[in-house]
Amino acid sequence: MKIRLLDVAHARSGDKGDTANVGLIALRAEWYPVLVKYVTQARVTEHFAGMITGRVERFELPNLKALNFLLHGALDGGGTLSLKTDAQGKVYSTALLRLVLEVPDDDAHAAGLPAAS
Amino acid sequence: MSDSERVVRVASGQGFWGDWLEAPRRQVEGGQVDYLMLDYLAEVTMSILQKQKERDPNMGYARDFVGAMESVFPAVVDKGVKVIANAGGVNPQACATAILAAAEKMGLRGKFKIGVVTGDDLLSRIDELLAAGHTLANMDTGEPLSTIRDRVLSANAYIGSTPIVEALERGANVVVTGRSTDTALTMAPLRHEFKWAPDDWNKMASGIIAGHILECGAQSSGGNCLYDWRNIPDLANVGYPIADAVADGTFVITKHPNTGGRVSIQTVSEQLVYEMGDPHAYITPDVVADFTSIQLEDAGENRVRVHGVTGGPPTPFLKVSIAYRAGYKAVGSLVYSWPDAMEKAQLADKILRQRLDNLGLKFDQILSEFVGATSTHGHLAGDGHDAPEVQYRIGVRGNDRAAVERFTREIVPLVLNGPPSVTGFAGGRPKVEEIVAYWPALLDKRAVTTHVDIQE
Repeated sequence: MKIRLLDVAHARSGDKGDTANVGLIALRAEWYPVLVKYVTQARVTEHFAGMITGRVERFELPNLKALNFLLHGALDGGGTLSLKTDAQGKVYSTALLRLVLEVPDDDAHAAGLPAAS
Repeated sequence: MSDSERVVRVASGQGFWGDWLEAPRRQVEGGQVDYLMLDYLAEVTMSILQKQKERDPNMGYARDFVGAMESVFPAVVDKGVKVIANAGGVNPQACATAILAAAEKMGLRGKFKIGVVTGDDLLSRIDELLAAGHTLANMDTGEPLSTIRDRVLSANAYIGSTPIVEALERGANVVVTGRSTDTALTMAPLRHEFKWAPDDWNKMASGIIAGHILECGAQSSGGNCLYDWRNIPDLANVGYPIADAVADGTFVITKHPNTGGRVSIQTVSEQLVYEMGDPHAYITPDVVADFTSIQLEDAGENRVRVHGVTGGPPTPFLKVSIAYRAGYKAVGSLVYSWPDAMEKAQLADKILRQRLDNLGLKFDQILSEFVGATSTHGHLAGDGHDAPEVQYRIGVRGNDRAAVERFTREIVPLVLNGPPSVTGFAGGRPKVEEIVAYWPALLDKRAVTTHVDIQE
């Protein structure tokens, strides 16, 4: 079943130098394990291919039902060097929420996930 | 009330230089508060202030703070509200002098004490530090400072809560610092009020988390909140966040009654993950806080209780923020309309780049964006082929000022000699900007000594 992140999580992003961070928070506690299992470092690296020049790191915050992603080389040098509209990575959050996951039906039904429309 | 139940209220009144001018006054008038914290400094702010100080030795601090103080003086003098701000920038003494002059005009001079924290400014000490073996290498790239030494504009260590605590202990009603960490502005008054030992890591870390939640103003009370954004009430009247803390380090995030916005687990969670690195190790000069320990609990309408925070000893280093001249840039734009807005904008880009090439202009970077189509989400947003209008935005950067200047003259001609259905050029030629870039470094803590001066 296809699951769109926008339907199961909210997010906020920011910057630190040339790195953008995206904090991804499950809309429901029971969906957090799905994020952990399927929104992997590899999947996010693939999602942002061509948009960032560095690697992706992932950290887990089960206490906040959140994952934190560091997107290195995401900001054209970052800070005042950057020529980008989004020089401070403020909307990488919503760019991540565009991700559509392929979740096996059993897992999706067990967690009560909404199918992407 | 026993001492363990005593609540200290710290209110956030400013999340950056440029934040809402109304917020500080609303925080002290909307209900009782003990402390008002005002954060004015971002990574690039120090360099802007340094440039201002070069032009005028009495400048180099956040001027907005003077107006903020004028609006909260009655609360400071009559209600005993204490104010803590890193508005001093690269000239905390000039900032304090301006505050005292403003108080004089209002007939309030002598009715409060101002604590001035200095020692973070390392600009005049760089060569001495390098000679002593401190490399000040770039934390991100490892490059030695010698690469940019002759272009350095400012250098400041991020200092922690200790000098602010000292100022409060010496009776300051207003504390002005230079490059204090944002979180210290909240943690220091809690450490002072509750007499936390500096190695009581969990409590110190809890104060840092309170600081992280308050340091961006309304970003934790409904501002910029994606979760349920349509239903966040009355943002026109948004209440900035307040931390109600008790001695054991736990605190409740809330806001004044009869204000807009929202404090919920979601609004606080979004702020907690903002600008986060490794959540296990949020490094500050005072303590390393563990964000994976934070527990949030719904404590009623617009109330979120935060507890369980743990931390550990800090590193032997302070982070140093160095600003240096890094060439020039300019960004210009034109707007193309339907039909085929994206194709027209792309053709304009091709033409302009060819003209830059023909002129032999060389840049370190040329970046073209198509606002309304792909500028922020890239290919994830599709190809923009059906966009009703597209803003073509192109920027260049490089060390050759003349080349950047020439670039700014190549955009507007496209209105008459490029693709059709174009508008949005009323601003004329874009301005050439000198780039002041950020160089983060680490420095042995022992090389930095802070000072506190109390003035009336």
